[in-house]
Amino acid sequence: MIDQIVQGVLLGGYYALVACGLSFMYGVMRIINLAHGSLAILAAFLVWYIAEHLGVSPFIALLIVVPIMAALGWILQRTVLDRSLRSGPLTPLLSTFGIAIIIDNLLFERFGADTRSLAPDIGDLSYKSWTLPGGVTVGQLGLLTLGTAVVLIVGLQLFLKYAPLGRAIRATAEDPDTAELMGINSRSVYAAAAAIALATVAIAGAFLGMRSTFDAYSGGAQLIFAFEAVVIGGTGSLWGTLLGAIALGVAQNLGAQVNPRGFLIAGHLLFFCVLAVRFFAAGGFSLGWLKALRPRQPA
Amino acid sequence: MSVLSVEALDARHGLLKAVRGVSFTVPQGEILALVGANGAGKTTLLRTIAGAHKASSGKVIFDGTDVSNVPANKRTRAGIALVPEGRRLFGEMTVEENLLVAGRTGRKGPWNFTTVLEAFPMLQPLAQRKGNDLSGGQQQATAIGRALMTNPRLLLIDELSLGLSPVAVNAVYESLQTVIASGATIVLVEQDLSRVLRVSTRIACMLEGRIMLEGRTSDLTKEQITDSYFGLRRGAAHEVDA
Repeated sequence: MIDQIVQGVLLGGYYALVACGLSFMYGVMRIINLAHGSLAILAAFLVWYIAEHLGVSPFIALLIVVPIMAALGWILQRTVLDRSLRSGPLTPLLSTFGIAIIIDNLLFERFGADTRSLAPDIGDLSYKSWTLPGGVTVGQLGLLTLGTAVVLIVGLQLFLKYAPLGRAIRATAEDPDTAELMGINSRSVYAAAAAIALATVAIAGAFLGMRSTFDAYSGGAQLIFAFEAVVIGGTGSLWGTLLGAIALGVAQNLGAQVNPRGFLIAGHLLFFCVLAVRFFAAGGFSLGWLKALRPRQPA
Repeated sequence: MSVLSVEALDARHGLLKAVRGVSFTVPQGEILALVGANGAGKTTLLRTIAGAHKASSGKVIFDGTDVSNVPANKRTRAGIALVPEGRRLFGEMTVEENLLVAGRTGRKGPWNFTTVLEAFPMLQPLAQRKGNDLSGGQQQATAIGRALMTNPRLLLIDELSLGLSPVAVNAVYESLQTVIASGATIVLVEQDLSRVLRVSTRIACMLEGRIMLEGRTSDLTKEQITDSYFGLRRGAAHEVDA
């Protein structure tokens, strides 16, 4: 049981890594980026391609891929997302859905249906673990993933709190019109936020490639887990995303103990329960209409 | 030389023409008070000067440069700062963060975090308090301080005393004296005529989107202003031909 919880926490670290870019983008721009999973897979392919062709470690390849993905985020924001943001809340959903389809199919066109993995490129890090008293095993890669997620989230929090650009991002997220009156170019700030979000996606993609296999169409599943982590933890909150991701990982691992199929079901169930609680807490299905049917008391 | 010159400015809210052919100039160091009843077009005029609202025609000339088509953030960096109606603080950010976020425009000038806190002593113990947790007066002081952090050549203040208690209004005006003493050029929208008469050097009275009366504060009587305010003095000696 304890071992399953520990494994769940480590898995949650990976989900947090994937989800933090999604959470950051939603928190700043109110965009639910449906291309998030596909972008993570794109980053994984880029890391894999560089590692294979240059013969370097995926961690070195990541140093090249992070700025590439950040630049892609900047370009996507300035060319597609910025325009779609001005056309109502539905348009960004449709545009990012379209971007996901384009990325998936371009990857399929270029790399085919074969699955790839970065595990062979990281040596024994992919399977080595420590055994703690009580028989609890802690995978080195899992711990590294969790540590990276925590460092990334703490770093992003510190950046948002203390860096001038971070404060400008928070101000723009809260009230873009007033931010403009403070001399902040909200379009540039949004583009910088998208660049940061996609830089985190690059890291997530690399860790995805190290811990499992991936193919051109693996993005959908990554998006679902990231989305569930963000919603469970509270949309737009980075700390919430970390906690939500860990809760999701633990729920999945405990679910798998009950039934082999329980891994996915338990995660979805937790997601559904959190949604339901939020819905009712916000006054959903109010019985007001029933009260309205009651006969009125004479004045 | 005038810091601000507005020429035949029109601004709309959909089909409604909120500002109609407004023209005026504000020389360096002057404090122009815009007065008028609700819906007279004062806020729209201020927002149009700041670039937060698009003019449908006319010109906004700032420091001799036509900024009519310049976006709000560039106007702020050029030296126009607006304290918006309702303060519009970043409520999830602290007072310190609200001030610092405006200070990144990079304009050189006398105002920085320290000098703003000196001008608004009421903010000194509140630096780490969130904007949402402040009283109305504290919010207004923060909003003015935030605008000052951009080191503006022209400060636009919309509805300074709206929704504030008399004590808070006194405190804000007391601090504003420091800003005025620094030689700032200010356009002030204010409903409180007594204060306007004490603070401003010029007054413009708006009615239905037009400036009906404009002149030096010392040349106008309270009665003239009140009559123009309510539209009772069309054709008066000081009336501006709209």
